[in-house]
Order: sequence, then structure tokens, then C-alpha cells
Amino acid sequence: MSLTSTERGDPSAAGPDEARVGDAGRGRPAGPVPGVPRRGLAYGGMAVLAIALMVLVPMFFGTFQVNQIGRFVCLAIVAVGIGLAWGRGGMLTMGQGAFFGIGAYVMAMHMLLSDAALRGPDTLPSFMVLSGNGELPWFWEPFRSGTVTVLGIVLLPALVAGLLGFSLFKRKVKGAYFAILNQALVAAVAVLLIGQQDTLGGSNGLSGFQSFFGLSLADPLNQQFIYLLACGVLVAMVALAYWMMRSRFGELLVATRDGEERVRFLGYDPAGVKTIAYMAAAMMASIGGALFVPIVGIISPTSIGVAPSIAFVIGVAVGGRGSLFGPVLGALAVAWAESSLAQAFPSGWSYFQGLLLILVIVLLPGGVASLGQRFRRRRADSGNGSTPDPGTDPAEPAHVPAPKGTLT
Amino acid sequence: MDILISQLVAGVSIGSVLLLVAVGLSLTFGQMGVINMAHGEFIMVGAYTTYVVQRILVDAGLSLLFAIPAAFVVAGALGLIIEQFLIRHLYHRPLDTLLATFGVGLVLQQVARDVFGAQAVDVAVPGWLQGNLQVFGAVVPYSRLFILVLSIAVVGAVVLFMAKSPAGRQIRATVLNRDLAETSGISSRRMDRMTFFLGSGLAGVAGVAVTLIGSTGPTIGTSYIVDAFLVVVAGGIGKIKGAVIAAFTLGVLQALIEYSTSASLAKFFVLVIVVAFLQLRPQGLFAVKTRSLA
Repeated sequence: MSLTSTERGDPSAAGPDEARVGDAGRGRPAGPVPGVPRRGLAYGGMAVLAIALMVLVPMFFGTFQVNQIGRFVCLAIVAVGIGLAWGRGGMLTMGQGAFFGIGAYVMAMHMLLSDAALRGPDTLPSFMVLSGNGELPWFWEPFRSGTVTVLGIVLLPALVAGLLGFSLFKRKVKGAYFAILNQALVAAVAVLLIGQQDTLGGSNGLSGFQSFFGLSLADPLNQQFIYLLACGVLVAMVALAYWMMRSRFGELLVATRDGEERVRFLGYDPAGVKTIAYMAAAMMASIGGALFVPIVGIISPTSIGVAPSIAFVIGVAVGGRGSLFGPVLGALAVAWAESSLAQAFPSGWSYFQGLLLILVIVLLPGGVASLGQRFRRRRADSGNGSTPDPGTDPAEPAHVPAPKGTLT
Repeated sequence: MDILISQLVAGVSIGSVLLLVAVGLSLTFGQMGVINMAHGEFIMVGAYTTYVVQRILVDAGLSLLFAIPAAFVVAGALGLIIEQFLIRHLYHRPLDTLLATFGVGLVLQQVARDVFGAQAVDVAVPGWLQGNLQVFGAVVPYSRLFILVLSIAVVGAVVLFMAKSPAGRQIRATVLNRDLAETSGISSRRMDRMTFFLGSGLAGVAGVAVTLIGSTGPTIGTSYIVDAFLVVVAGGIGKIKGAVIAAFTLGVLQALIEYSTSASLAKFFVLVIVVAFLQLRPQGLFAVKTRSLA
């Protein structure tokens, strides 16, 4: 399997980034917020991304492969959110699987309910009939309605993330603590789902969907429509992320990442800023999960546990956490590598994944998106020899721990 | 009543394994501000070491006794290697360390899968641990008691080591103020390595303990590590006292919630309780006091 057309999309989408860095290198600020591409380049990149995914991919690939790429697109939607929260906000969201799962299960419940409604009134989803569960659980009830489902996909994760994020950030719980609690959250959600054998399918998950908002999934045309919908949502999410990055909020977010105490001393509330970014990331993960269900056709706890949540982060790390297009391209590339490598060498993928994570984090913390910048910086270094090199990657601030206990 | 007691015993037993894992984590986190996600895989390494020792020595009782130091050394050595080649280079990037060590964990799991097979292996429990003890009508397996005793003994030894031995004092000095410790002639690099060896070794010992509870698979570490992290977060970083209290509290809480609701809900409630607890004490139960703007 080859992916020439998306590969063709890669360099052109990475291009704006490099150009932007070049401008910054000449001392001309690229935009209001450092590290964010200028408007023309950003929109150009989005257009290239949209054309590559929505025109070129369906043109050159068969139904099966387009479906496969659709799955990658869903993962890329999650990645946009991680890029925002982690890359721009410094919050390592290691538990996005929890929000991905909320979106996916809400969508799955709605699809199973509407399938059952087609068979007749008061018909239960078939897995419930099989497990002898005669009554619809209370939390399925609201998702009969399509509107409630769409609202739930957007609002439920925002609510959970808002509650968790605000209560933690308000008490200045951050850094590794926050990351660990995120991981505990996704582990707990996965265990919770596995335990719900007769109400949520347990470890088998939910599957066997026939229609998506009235569209039969058996029809290839409808599948193509869902694929295009996912691509459109991805581009919209990139646009949303870009808008957030460029705004005053985006400036505050980066400032909070680099010096939370200074932001607080300046009179802003870092907790609010971080909570909003975390909520946005959760919402994007949920939307990615919701689109994952009709494209892949099954959702089970194995797609949302601790390991899949880290896999989301790996793509973002590879692409470049702090950049606009890095997370998307990284997620697409890693997902593609996984599906082709895991087929060829089933055990090789785990080694590759682990080593990739180690190598990128150690050697290239800014991801592939920072390569151009590194190259230019080196050239500038050899040019005048005395460039004040900050010596840090753009994504993680120079976090020098203050000497502990000096005065206690 | 006897069900309640047996749940309590189960909770204490979960807590004692968590304690072994969490003390090691807490030591390395306190020493270097570094979260080692591969810590769970050291449990796995300890468990497989027990398996290998038993394959060599055959006799279950003898091999268990030999496995404890062997697992300590093997897991500790592995920790040293990872510290030397990876973590050392990431000291000022705590979040990145977390991810890089997760990568190490993925690789170690796959190594275990390739060497021992994806199927879980079983370690024979020695005859003298196979009985039960009756306490107020509740059944307490000897193996659980053994784990509790092992955990208390090992953690007690660590506490003594940290409090009394010159090396322990130097480690504590480095934790409190690295620069001042270096000025006083303490090699902070040596202390880092020692802490890492000790912390990883403790996870190896925990691995020996978990072979007595169930079978050993490549992902055995992941099931304990998330809870152990919660213990560290709730107990406060770098303090063994906090880890002891938090480990047993969380273990008992989990067992009691499991008893009153279900196993799958228990994990969720424990997380909610920890988050709520952090509202009261964001630094955990006990924290090393610093003047830094954390």
C-alpha cells in the first residue's frame, strides 16, 4: 500500500511553517504570537490539507484504503487538540482516550438505537438481547435523539474536562501530576467500560452498526460522504486551533506554559486559561471518537485505554507539538506507519513505536516541524558565530527547577 | 462481618504491593523530579526473574528466597542502564522523561513477549505458603501475609537505610538541595544512580510478590503502575511516610468500594477521591518543603 498523494501533501503543508520560521529568523515577527504561521500561509496549508485529503485521496485510492485513511483522519482530529493543550499549553494530556471514548460510545449508542428503531418500536440493540438485558439502561435513553447525541458529543467531554481541569488547575496541580491523573482517568474509564458487559458491551464493545443518521453504511457512497465529513471536520478543527492560537487567549496560553507564575503575577488566572485549552482538546478528542465509530464500525475499550492514549501523543510528538500542522501530519504519518508496519511485522511495531517515541523526545523534541528551524538556526550560527541560542526546544520551556529547600 | 474483614485483608494486601511499587517511584521522583513510566515494567522484570529462577532451581520455596535478591538486582541494574543512557539527558524536561520512559516500557513489554511468549506464565507457590489463616472467621491466605511481611520488611529497611546510613543521608541531602550537597562534596550523580538502582530494585521485589497472587504476563506492570502513581500523588512526593499511608488507604478504599459497588466502579471512585483529596492538599499528604514557586 502506498500513500503517495498524502505524502505529496506533506511537504507542501510543512512549507508554510519553514517560511514562517525563516521570517522570524530575520527578526521580523511572523504574527502576533510567536510560533504561529501567518494568516496566508496557515490558510494555504489548510487548503492543501483539504485538497490532499478530500480530492486526491478519494481519486487515487479504493474504498477500503479511503476508509483506512478515514480512521487516520479521526486520530488526527484528536491530535489537533493534543497539540493545543500540550504543545501550546504545556499540559501533557495522556488520557485523551477517555474523551475519545465518550464521543465514540455516545455515537455508537445513538447508531445502535436508531438501527433498533428501524426494526420496530421498543426494539433493543441486538447485543442487549443476546446478553438477556430486557430493559434499556437509563443513560441510553437520551441518545435516541440525534440532536442530543451531537450536543452530548461536544458538551459531555467539555463538562468532564472542565470539572477535572478546573479543580486541578485551581489548586496548582500541574506537570507530571496532571499527566498521571489523566492517565488514571483513562485507565478508570477503560475498566469501567469493561465492567459494563450488559449495558455497553463490556470488552467486546459496541459494533454492528447499519446506519449513520439515516444513511445506510452498506452504501459506498455514504461511506465516502462520512469520510469527507471527517476530513471537513479535521480542517475545521485546524482552523479553530489556529484561531485560538492567534488570539489573545493563545498568547496567554503560551505565556502560561512558559511562566505560569509570571502570568499569575500579571493579574491573569492561569487556571482558567488552561481549563479552556484542556476543554477544547477534550472536545476535539470526543469529536474524533464520534467520527471513528461510523468509519471503523466498532468501538471497544481496547481503542481507548492507556496505550492508545499514548499513541495519540506519539503522533503529535513526531509531527511537532507546538506547531499548527505538525500534530495533524504526525498523527496521519504514525497511524499510517502503524497500519502498514503492524501488518508486515506484528511484533516489530511495538519496538518501532517505543524507539520512535524515545528518539523523537530525546533528539527532536520539537518534532519534524522544528527541523527547518534547527537547520536555519545552525546556518545562522555558522554565519555570525554569536547567535544567542536559547538552547531549548520551542515546545517545552526551559524548566529549571528552583533549588529546593534553600531557605527552609 | 467476616466478609468485611476479608475485604479489609484484601485491601491491605493490594496496599502492600502498591507500597513496594510506590516507594520506588516516590524515591526516584523525589530525587530527580523525574517520572519513570517504565517502572511498571520493572515489576514485570522482577516477576519474570522469579520465573527464571524457579526454572533453574525447581524447588519453589528455595527459588522464592533466591528470587527476591535476584529480582532486586536485575530490576535495579535495568534501572541504572535506563538512567545512564536516557533519563540523565532529560533531567530538565520532566514531562518529556515521562514519555520517553513510556517508550522504554513499550520496548521492554515487547521483549518480554518475544522471549517468554504472549501467554502468561505461572510461578509455583511454595508449599509453606499454600495454607490459610483464620482471622475472626475470615480466610487470609499465607501468601498474602507473606507479601505484607515482605513489603513491611523491605520498606522498613529502606527507611533505615535513608535515615541512618551515610549513603542514605547523602541521598536526602541531594533531594533537599542539590547544589549545596554538591558543594559539600557529595557526588550528586552517584546519588542519582544509587537512588535509581534502589527504586527500580524495589519494583523488582514487588514483581516477586505479584507472582504469588496471579500469573505473570508481559503487561503485568501496567495494571499496578497507574494505581502506584495515584499513591505517589496522594502521598506526596519524596516522602516514604506519605507513600505508606496512601498505599494502605487506597488499597483498603478500593477493596471496600469494590465490596459495596463493583470492581469496575471502584477504580473510578478511587480516582474521584484522590482528585477531591488534592483539593485539600494539592501537594499530597506530606511534601518536601521547598521555597520554589512550584
